[in-house]
Amino acid sequence: MAETINVLIVGVGGQGIVAASNVLANAALAAGCDVKQSEVHGMAQRGGAVSSHVRFGTAVHSPVIPLGEAQFLLSFEKLETLRWLDYLADDAMVIVNDYRIDPITVAGGKAEYPADIESRLASSGYGTLLIDGMKKAEAAGNFKSVNMVLLGVLAARLDLPIDTWKSAISRRFSGETFAVNWRAFELGRAAGLNAEP
Amino acid sequence: MKRLFSGNEAVARGAFEAGVQVAAAYPGTPSTEILENIAQYPQIYAEWSVNEKVAFEVAYGAAVAGKRALAAMKHVGVNVASDALMTAAYAGVNAGMVLVSADDPGMHSSQNEQDNRYFARFAQIPMLEPSSSAEAKAFAKLAFEISEAFDTPIMLRMTTRICHGRGVVELEEPQPVRTRPYVKDPQKYVMMPANARVRRTVLLERMRRLAEYSETTPLNRVEEGDAEIGIITAGVSYTYAREVFPNASFLKLGMTNPLPMRKIAEFISRHRQVYVIEELEPFMEEQIKAAGLNVRGTDLQSTAGELSPDVLRRRFFGTVPKKAAGNDLPARPPVMCAGCPHRAVFSVLRKHRAVVSSDIGCYTLGALQPLNAIDSVLCMGASIGMAQGYARVLEPDRPVVAVLGDSTFIHAGIPALVNAVYNRVKMTVVILDNRITAMTGHQENPASGKTLQGEQVPVFDFEAVARAVGAAYVRTVDPIETEALERAIGEAIACDGVSVIIASRPCALVDRHQYTGVMMIDKDTCSECRLCLRIGCPAMSLRDGSVVINPDLCFGCSLCSQICPKESIHRTRVNVEG
Ligand code: SF4
Ligand code: SF4
Repeated sequence: MAETINVLIVGVGGQGIVAASNVLANAALAAGCDVKQSEVHGMAQRGGAVSSHVRFGTAVHSPVIPLGEAQFLLSFEKLETLRWLDYLADDAMVIVNDYRIDPITVAGGKAEYPADIESRLASSGYGTLLIDGMKKAEAAGNFKSVNMVLLGVLAARLDLPIDTWKSAISRRFSGETFAVNWRAFELGRAAGLNAEP
Repeated sequence: MKRLFSGNEAVARGAFEAGVQVAAAYPGTPSTEILENIAQYPQIYAEWSVNEKVAFEVAYGAAVAGKRALAAMKHVGVNVASDALMTAAYAGVNAGMVLVSADDPGMHSSQNEQDNRYFARFAQIPMLEPSSSAEAKAFAKLAFEISEAFDTPIMLRMTTRICHGRGVVELEEPQPVRTRPYVKDPQKYVMMPANARVRRTVLLERMRRLAEYSETTPLNRVEEGDAEIGIITAGVSYTYAREVFPNASFLKLGMTNPLPMRKIAEFISRHRQVYVIEELEPFMEEQIKAAGLNVRGTDLQSTAGELSPDVLRRRFFGTVPKKAAGNDLPARPPVMCAGCPHRAVFSVLRKHRAVVSSDIGCYTLGALQPLNAIDSVLCMGASIGMAQGYARVLEPDRPVVAVLGDSTFIHAGIPALVNAVYNRVKMTVVILDNRITAMTGHQENPASGKTLQGEQVPVFDFEAVARAVGAAYVRTVDPIETEALERAIGEAIACDGVSVIIASRPCALVDRHQYTGVMMIDKDTCSECRLCLRIGCPAMSLRDGSVVINPDLCFGCSLCSQICPKESIHRTRVNVEG
């Protein structure tokens, strides 16, 4: 693998973003890549905006992705997608969970949740996949495995062998939880393979 | 075997491979996972100490007694431990002792940005700064060797991106545990003036020898590149600089106290222009310039905030990255969780027009909209101390209240409470006892009745402590029973002396099933007064002008229904899965 692949994973604290980026990073490691991953813990976990950077390739230096260099944006919440567009490379692909969580500013009526997210994404020029992650996760057995659904969609667009994903997911979950998460991942991957752009 | 480790996991692994036997810490982001991971090795005794000073002393005592030991803390924790550190540097160690300082440039979860490299210089101890997880493990091991070879405590300085960044680490076999015999040596370990004067010269001589070591150690290495541009850097800054200047020459420093001045001078002489790239303070730059050498640094960089490849590009090349859609978006600040037991306390305090000094923890978020219930936050324990100052100055009928968590009270609140009683202040202390150190990710403390390694111990008795130190009024209440809480706070504020309220209820995230069902709003009777929104629960929101509760997020704590004047919010049994 010559170039560095940069995946930015974003959403709201509590959505399983860190777990998803760990699985991706471990899959890349199992595929023989050098890997760096970083996210911010702490106060941001309490329902704040969260972002996690995953980079893999022959040799990775910085643990954070430079602006304009992410080839993939995996977003767990619609509004959060817009916050990070500056990080995207020109030919980037955006994978969005079709789910809304109101920031406290919106909840209290102090700000408006943007009504035009989809049209803004469409006019951004990036290839965008809108995924009903919650529904697929429920179909797999638990709405909390939405993070594996989204990873599955991403996996359909990445060049990592399927075994590496399986071993990375089984490293994190065991028994019935693994079964649910693996089903969620497969549902996401099927959606990713069938989707248009 | 190759593994993906965070810097913190890597330090834990390094400590294990180095044969560490005792490790102590007080939790604090970004350092917390170091001890959580060390605790997984049953060979090592690992503890949450009640504060950083105690953690340092426990580790130091173990090292003096003959076993390798480690203490870990966040940057501001070293302030607390510094009293012991400054003198431990004089006395030296026996077996190796490593102090891990996890700094937080950019203040992702801290109240300041202090650069703890100055602590290593201030205390005159050696310091290593890893640039990756792999180095975090390797340097942790080597730190013990250096500590023993030079008979000194040593600092391993990490930053948030190293602590929480993951990278590839190669696992090695642990070294056999060595014990150094303990020899009673009061001239070395009893730091009374006569002995300390002698040790001061030992300290200075040790630093001279360490400076020689710094010149020759492979920790400080040159990566030859373009002769035009040389870059002197360390820690995470090295990775950013490599990203931005792929062709430059690098002097990559792993040991940054003491600095290898001859090596630096030689590197500078071979390059047309040399830059010092470092995060926060001009720690290296000032020393290099003071040695009469010509480098550039702060004239190109700011000393505020975290570095990144983008920041370097902007400062060095003036590249302003494109701005896309994100400017007009609503902010998403952190909030107290749905079902958080602390929220009720703040809504009651607001009613009393109390001046509230707070401490560091989840409840600090009570300062934000819509609760707006906090006047000041400084550092651990300062809530009780500052409130005493407030009480001396503000009008006597103005209620003065200090709020702090269970862990924080034990950490630094007890002496301040004793001071308040002793000096006869009129004030109220509310201990927000959720039985866990929640903000840092739920670590046990004396109020949880469990140690780091899972041993059951008696639960800390706040009431007994408050009574024992002489508080005039002491009550334990369940904060979710708003009426009783309001009554207790009213009585406490009226009381002439120090009153203590223990608002006791487990953290919603630790005990997820303490309530049954979730709340629902009866739209037939709801008048849309929006009073319930004022408690700032993230499960509640306005949708199309009407208040709604998201059943995926609601914990069923009932706080909203207790506030609703129309009695329109009811519990339902429909429990969502999870
Ligand atoms: S983690 Fe616990 S204490 Fe902290 S905000 Fe959430 S519920 Fe409250
Ligand atoms: S009961 Fe009300 S205050 Fe409590 S979590 Fe549910 S919505 Fe929030």
